[in-house]
Amino acid sequence: MSDLFVVGEKKFNSRLLTGSGKYSRDSLISEVCESSKSEIITLALRRIDLNNPVKSLLDYIPKNMQLLPNTSGARTWEEAVKIARIARDSGCGNWIKIEIIRDNKYLMPDGLETIKATEILAKEGFIVLPYINGDYYIGKSLENAGAAAVMPLGSPIGSNRGIKCKELISILIETIKIPVIVDAGIGKPSDAALVMEMGADACLINSAIASSPDPVLMANAFALAIESGRKAYLAGLGHVKDLAQASSPLTGFLYE
Amino acid sequence: MSSFYNYLSNWDKFDYIKFLQSRTEIDIKQILEKEKINELDFLALLSSKSDLFLEQMAVKSSSITKREFGQTILIFTPLYLSNFCSNGCTYCGFHKKNKIKRGKLTKKEIIDEAIKIRELGIQHILILTGGDRIRSPFEYIRDSIIIMKQFFKSISIEVYALSEEEYLELHRLGVDNLTLYQETYNKSRYEEVHLYGEKRSYEYRLSAPERAAKSGFRSVTLGALLGLDNPVIDFFKASLHTLYIRDNFPGTEVNISLPRLRNSMGNSIKSIELSDKDITKFIIAYRLFIPRSGISLSTRESSKLRNNLLPLGITKMSAQSKTTVGGHSEVKGDEQFEISDKRSVKELHRDLVSMSFQPVYKDWDII
Repeated sequence: MSDLFVVGEKKFNSRLLTGSGKYSRDSLISEVCESSKSEIITLALRRIDLNNPVKSLLDYIPKNMQLLPNTSGARTWEEAVKIARIARDSGCGNWIKIEIIRDNKYLMPDGLETIKATEILAKEGFIVLPYINGDYYIGKSLENAGAAAVMPLGSPIGSNRGIKCKELISILIETIKIPVIVDAGIGKPSDAALVMEMGADACLINSAIASSPDPVLMANAFALAIESGRKAYLAGLGHVKDLAQASSPLTGFLYE
Repeated sequence: MSSFYNYLSNWDKFDYIKFLQSRTEIDIKQILEKEKINELDFLALLSSKSDLFLEQMAVKSSSITKREFGQTILIFTPLYLSNFCSNGCTYCGFHKKNKIKRGKLTKKEIIDEAIKIRELGIQHILILTGGDRIRSPFEYIRDSIIIMKQFFKSISIEVYALSEEEYLELHRLGVDNLTLYQETYNKSRYEEVHLYGEKRSYEYRLSAPERAAKSGFRSVTLGALLGLDNPVIDFFKASLHTLYIRDNFPGTEVNISLPRLRNSMGNSIKSIELSDKDITKFIIAYRLFIPRSGISLSTRESSKLRNNLLPLGITKMSAQSKTTVGGHSEVKGDEQFEISDKRSVKELHRDLVSMSFQPVYKDWDII
């Protein structure tokens, strides 16, 4: 059975998107890409050094992977649009993950600015994947603005306490026609499996892999969890009993 | 608008010494169990009662830093434009009456210096000048920045306190970080060590980071010159300053630096000693207090201490620093203070890699 992940009119086997930040050495990136079988990787344009005579971040990314440059550092739609154009002009392609963050305390994405940037960039032919709060109206507006997918956060960044935005993500999954890729706040493979079981289309995992003592093994663990969650979703979860049933009926004596 | 000056005055009557002395081990234990710590919890962690818990605090601080910043360290270097100064700061080698060799880089010399620094692989530059509005006027700094933009991806400034209009102009030119140390947050001590010159105005300097943040600066790096006054109280207030900027200007990223007072030519001050243990404690307590703040550690510290502090919370390091004017090409003026860690960029790079840290040279583009 083929179950391909379609986004931006491209088809992918893997539903795990990876990142390229926070590693102790860039060479780990290629190993992580291999063990995760990921086919899409996000990278911060701010970190790319095209003038580096030795090796730039890009040299560690397998050539067959879809690059997803992000607008990390943008605080307004104008900055995000500028960064996206620089990314395209510097040969990173026309996919862009929009991240517009105006507060350094909670690192929350600004939905209104994100919608503006998406409208402009989608018209310019970019494949736009915006990072958002799991808000229904923001999601709908982005869909109408031409986003190729939405990327709601699983939990506020750094909270490390499981998927706190679960209910909101599930509303997006139910109502948005474009793919829902859960991004940020996924601390462990079981969190990723959970959102995949709920019907999320894919997950983007960076910190949880990069900060593991063994990123390569952890990348593989996430790949398996995401595959497993996806299969569970496709199979359909069996009836999950709300209440436990006593093995001998508690009211059985009435019928003796 | 309310300012940090007003906010800080709320603490004027607070008895720091009594508070620090009356903390107990139980207090510290309870604080370490909390998920978020408040201002007084942080101050308690700076007390001597936390000595017994230093290892436990370090483990936590190291793990938070890894989660927030990964295994990466941003490398930058300072570039001194001029050491002319009209201020009388008793602790500084540049002070007006100090008989040192003075110099100021011309446009061509700035280019020569920038080329040399660029050859080291450095892309984030910190521009410094002495506090002299006549010999190094705002226009000189601005024009130097225009030249520097051709060579560097990120420009920080550490110059005399500017007006909001001036900060706005520099921000529009692409300057992203303001580095400004209040030196000491104790107003009367501040006036004792800043004898004359524009820098004597405590309040104008204290409110400069707010003006920069309001003008749109992407980040500020604050700190106290540890050793001028009670280091615990000064560091606490510098930390409150970063907290104030973070909470009131959410678009501006905050960083703290921990410069310890060092010897310089003409330095006439006796510093209050701050041990390596204390500075270690400051770093890890601060990390628990403000998890997403950057922490910068300069070449004032030894290579050994810098290596040891690295995993505990540091996110930025200067390298191959020269505190002289023209230090990378042709020296035109004497140094501001002695540096301790004399490693080259290459040597620091090698040490970072051997400790499983990735040296980062570029983390911004002037857009």
